[in-house]
Amino acid sequence: MSGRAFAVAAVVVIAGGLLVAGLGLNQYYYFAAYVVLQYVVLATAWNILGGYTGYVNFGTPAFFALGAYTAVVLIKWLKAPLLAQLVAGAVVAGLLGLAIGYLTLRLRGVFFSIATLALTVVLQTMFVNWEYTGGARGISLARPATAPFYGSYVQFVFAVMVILAVLAVATAWCIERSWIGRGFAAIRDNEEAAECMGVPTLRLKLLATTVSGMLMGLAGAPFPFYITFVEPASVFDLNYAVNSLAMPMIGGTTTWVGPVIGAVLLGSAQQIATVTISSELNLLLVGVILVAFVILAPEGIVGLVRRLSRRDPA
Amino acid sequence: MVGSRLVLRDVEAGYGAVRVLHGVSIDVNEGETVVLLGTNGNGKSTLIKCIMGIVRPERGEIALERDGERIDLIGRAPEDMVHLGITLVPEGRRLFPKLTVEENLMLGAFRAAARRDIAKNLDLCFEAFPVLRSRRRQLAGSMSGGEQQMLAIGRALMSTPAILLVDEPSVGLAPLLVSRVITTIRDLKERYHLTVLMAEQNFNQAVKIADRGYVIVHGQIAFEGRTEDLTEHELVKKYYLGL
Repeated sequence: MSGRAFAVAAVVVIAGGLLVAGLGLNQYYYFAAYVVLQYVVLATAWNILGGYTGYVNFGTPAFFALGAYTAVVLIKWLKAPLLAQLVAGAVVAGLLGLAIGYLTLRLRGVFFSIATLALTVVLQTMFVNWEYTGGARGISLARPATAPFYGSYVQFVFAVMVILAVLAVATAWCIERSWIGRGFAAIRDNEEAAECMGVPTLRLKLLATTVSGMLMGLAGAPFPFYITFVEPASVFDLNYAVNSLAMPMIGGTTTWVGPVIGAVLLGSAQQIATVTISSELNLLLVGVILVAFVILAPEGIVGLVRRLSRRDPA
Repeated sequence: MVGSRLVLRDVEAGYGAVRVLHGVSIDVNEGETVVLLGTNGNGKSTLIKCIMGIVRPERGEIALERDGERIDLIGRAPEDMVHLGITLVPEGRRLFPKLTVEENLMLGAFRAAARRDIAKNLDLCFEAFPVLRSRRRQLAGSMSGGEQQMLAIGRALMSTPAILLVDEPSVGLAPLLVSRVITTIRDLKERYHLTVLMAEQNFNQAVKIADRGYVIVHGQIAFEGRTEDLTEHELVKKYYLGL
């Protein structure tokens, strides 16, 4: 996709999203679509580190929750507006990404993944014990009395999430087409060779953890005003780790479009399953689909489509 | 291309408690092809890795002399070496197997100064290795060993190097291909006025293109001289190279 086509598509998606947000449909649709879009951001963010550089991160809940709790602190302390929450959530989670990069990137493969899993546990324990943000009981937050631009606050945060999703995907798109993206691919394929070729591997990996962390924090920052109640058990949910990893794997990890496809398909399927069958079924659903893809289409939907089109003589 | 000279003095290096190099001194003058001979486990690759900044020497000095300027190389990262014009064709090729031939070549030009010349260098690469042009969309890992070695050399050339380090180009190749790779290195060297330091254990092939050579035994230079001296020196062959 050329730069102009991508820019047009981005504008169309944002305009469409803002328009749909104004339609005033059944509130549940906005509520559900917000979650799907949130997963577009999380899956895209995960893919920048996990898909492009090949470092599998199980710490999505840590970054997401840090974004959410940064917003909680800003709401409670300063009654800060949503925009400030977004910026702060992204910055704080990005700094965590940078720090984690420094601490763990000497670890490779499965050891890096274990370290990120530990990060989630450590951070969750901290927030369980921090009274200011409600500790283990959680904290209830009041939204502003009136929503800006739209009839209800849910419609407003839905519109915000549309913009964030486009922003995240555009970030991934830019990375993919730059020398940074080439460097990431080199690290994924053969890190030692990348180093020999003059690719600044450490700096690029730090960039990947930082950008990935920022976007995850950005996904978490509007969460307090979306749900109006934040507790450690829900924002540190392992579901975030599993989903943000499964969605790019299902869609395809080497391009920006993979995580988007994965998040839209799997996210929607989960929302439908939650309503029609049960919310407990979600994780099982993800598990079964992921296993099927690992066996049948290890390169995801994007890889599958490519393979089929290559086989086609036309 | 700027005139560059590599100087190594009393380099000692190892891995943990194991000392591999015991005071190695070599020079690689501008425009020379110098070959580092020795059988497995004598320290050839370690020496190359020291120059490239992958292994850090414990003692000694490694410097690049360029336009009367002396640049200390110890303590610098491999990316700095590439910026200084020193590029490695690693042992065992170390390609990016799941990327295409063209993507591999592009990564050779990661150095900012080389990005300007991508189109030109890509043409030169395809001219030197026509097989790479016809396979540009193929995954590097799916090519034959000989083609992969060509790609590894082509990728190194993409960085517009002044000094080319080549570590054991003959490893894993059929004898006919070894000969072809070696002559290719000579042709490229002449065409691009490269300075080449090549580690190799295939004595007969290596001396075909070398101006000078060092024989390294147990981490020390056991013999050095011009190629003619090396070939005539039966003792070198007999005792140091086991031929």
